[in-house]
Amino acid sequence: MGMLDLLRNDKAGRWMLATLLLVSVLVPVLNLLVPQDSAFHLSTYAVTLLGKYLTYALLALAADLVWGYLGILSLGHGAFFALGGYAMGMYLMRQIGERGVYGDPLLPDFMVFLNWHELPWFWHGFDQFWFAALMVLLVPGLLAYVLGFLAFRSRVTGVYLSIITQATTYALMLAFFRNEMGFGGNNGLTDFKDLLGFDLRTDHTRIGLFLASSAALGLAYLLTRYIVCSRLGLASVAIRDAESRSRFIGYRVENIKLWVFVYSAVLAGIAGALYVPQVGIINPGEFSPLNSIELVIWVAIGGRGTLYGAVVGALLVNYAKTYFTAALPEVWLFALGGLFVLVTLYLPKGIVGLRRMREERA
Amino acid sequence: MKSGQALRELTRRDQVFEFLIKPRPPELDVRHNIILYLEALNKSFDGFKAISNLNLYIETGELRCIIGPNGAGKSTMMDIITGKTRPDSGQAWFGQRLDLLSMDEPQIAEAGIGRKFQKPTVFEKLSVFQNLELAMAQDKRVWPLLLTRLSAEQRDLIDEVMYLIGLQALATDPAGKLSHGQKQWLEIGMLLMQKPALLLVDEPVAGMTHQEMERTAELLTSLAGKHSVVVVEHDMDFVRSIARKVTVLHQGNVLAEGSMADVQNDPRVVEVYLGE
Repeated sequence: MGMLDLLRNDKAGRWMLATLLLVSVLVPVLNLLVPQDSAFHLSTYAVTLLGKYLTYALLALAADLVWGYLGILSLGHGAFFALGGYAMGMYLMRQIGERGVYGDPLLPDFMVFLNWHELPWFWHGFDQFWFAALMVLLVPGLLAYVLGFLAFRSRVTGVYLSIITQATTYALMLAFFRNEMGFGGNNGLTDFKDLLGFDLRTDHTRIGLFLASSAALGLAYLLTRYIVCSRLGLASVAIRDAESRSRFIGYRVENIKLWVFVYSAVLAGIAGALYVPQVGIINPGEFSPLNSIELVIWVAIGGRGTLYGAVVGALLVNYAKTYFTAALPEVWLFALGGLFVLVTLYLPKGIVGLRRMREERA
Repeated sequence: MKSGQALRELTRRDQVFEFLIKPRPPELDVRHNIILYLEALNKSFDGFKAISNLNLYIETGELRCIIGPNGAGKSTMMDIITGKTRPDSGQAWFGQRLDLLSMDEPQIAEAGIGRKFQKPTVFEKLSVFQNLELAMAQDKRVWPLLLTRLSAEQRDLIDEVMYLIGLQALATDPAGKLSHGQKQWLEIGMLLMQKPALLLVDEPVAGMTHQEMERTAELLTSLAGKHSVVVVEHDMDFVRSIARKVTVLHQGNVLAEGSMADVQNDPRVVEVYLGE
């Protein structure tokens, strides 16, 4: 399957990628080339916000693959996102070096504050970008592998699996809150200075991170679309709709579930790693079960089982969230809950399902 | 000297390393013309004896009908053959060499036993073509599934089966939109895609119209010979129209076996089943 083949029957996907490309060209131009006093100038704050949305969209894409195509409702996908974020955060911490408040060349500030004298073993290697990047992929992937291996082999499905994933992210949150864990406790990791030698506070780095997020989303979409269109994707849908039947045909359901789940977790980890340098902080709050549930709501509102629906949902809901939490902060959670109820009742295929519903009626 | 030889063994170019050679499961062996042996099988659920001392032999290429009242153990027998349940005692062999009781469901399916369920369960969201594509005998591990593409040969095979089950005009329709009878045929088609040596067909004509029933009878009789077919069915007219050999199960045991006429005239059979 060539890339063209992949998009031939995917009109919505083509639109999405074209839009993504257009935005990736427009945003740097509007931010860097248009003078600041012009009405068309895009503030760096807005660029970073957009970049953050794109990482959320990548996370939603990952969740939609396992939920929409494999029927695994993960209520703990935020954990993979946060683990990827922490791996990146550890690299950024090590980059601070002597510029920290306490000026210790080796230890991050919070360790000096805790009176530690040497670097914990798991912080070694994180001064190298390649090592941190590898961990961004490996750590979420490994957690997903262990979790999936145990759950899928014992044929845990449905709501029980959702509860297990939810419990996992909750347990991780509690663990990361503890100072002894060595991840900065409830303050998390922050006060980052630079990434690969680029100062994180400059406009150019911000634009670079935005473009990296955009590229990651585009590539992840293509790769995921390839999986969905392959025979593995067909088998996933078959497992989603009639698991024991697929087993009778001879599919190793647990293996298929396991590897798709691991892939999804790795995508979530990448999203987290791109998220952290843009928002400038990672703390245990990212493991909060609430985050994982919100993520599922993005996918549901956008329309699950379509991939691009998840992207649309993540962007729309997060834009609404930014708007509401600034304009009417008390209303936001009610609005989100209400939106979820409405979508579940009246738009079971989400916002992108509207278009399909109209086509079917015509 | 010895290590030198070991080293030379390692660098031999005419063979691969020993650890790379996968152990091959024994192949189906039907030299004695019998494809399925069930011997002295017993299975009880909470004290209820679903199968008691069952002995059954299916010949290669045979079309066998199995009848019996509800609770006679027909479904349990199918479950044991396909690995869904384990018997308490007894033996089940597929050909001479494959011990069904030591294999799990996917292994049994791969070895060449296909089962059609009572209730048609096709993949409703996928098209007829995709249903058949998934059911095809193929490497079903994750990585090959991800990379494989439909070959011309595979497409031909799918077309052939679609023609056989009469659904070629509906190839791109989602299976959920098919009628009940069409779903049953699609199921049989999915079985055929696995190129099974033995087909287990559970109540193929339940809920079918008369015409659909005739079409199904034709389909099943055309399959016998190339495959061995075991049909479990309630509908006596249907059994009469296809059966050459009938086995009557009663209380988990074989009550009678023979041609339809013989069985119908057996007084014990009349008593428990046909006479009702």
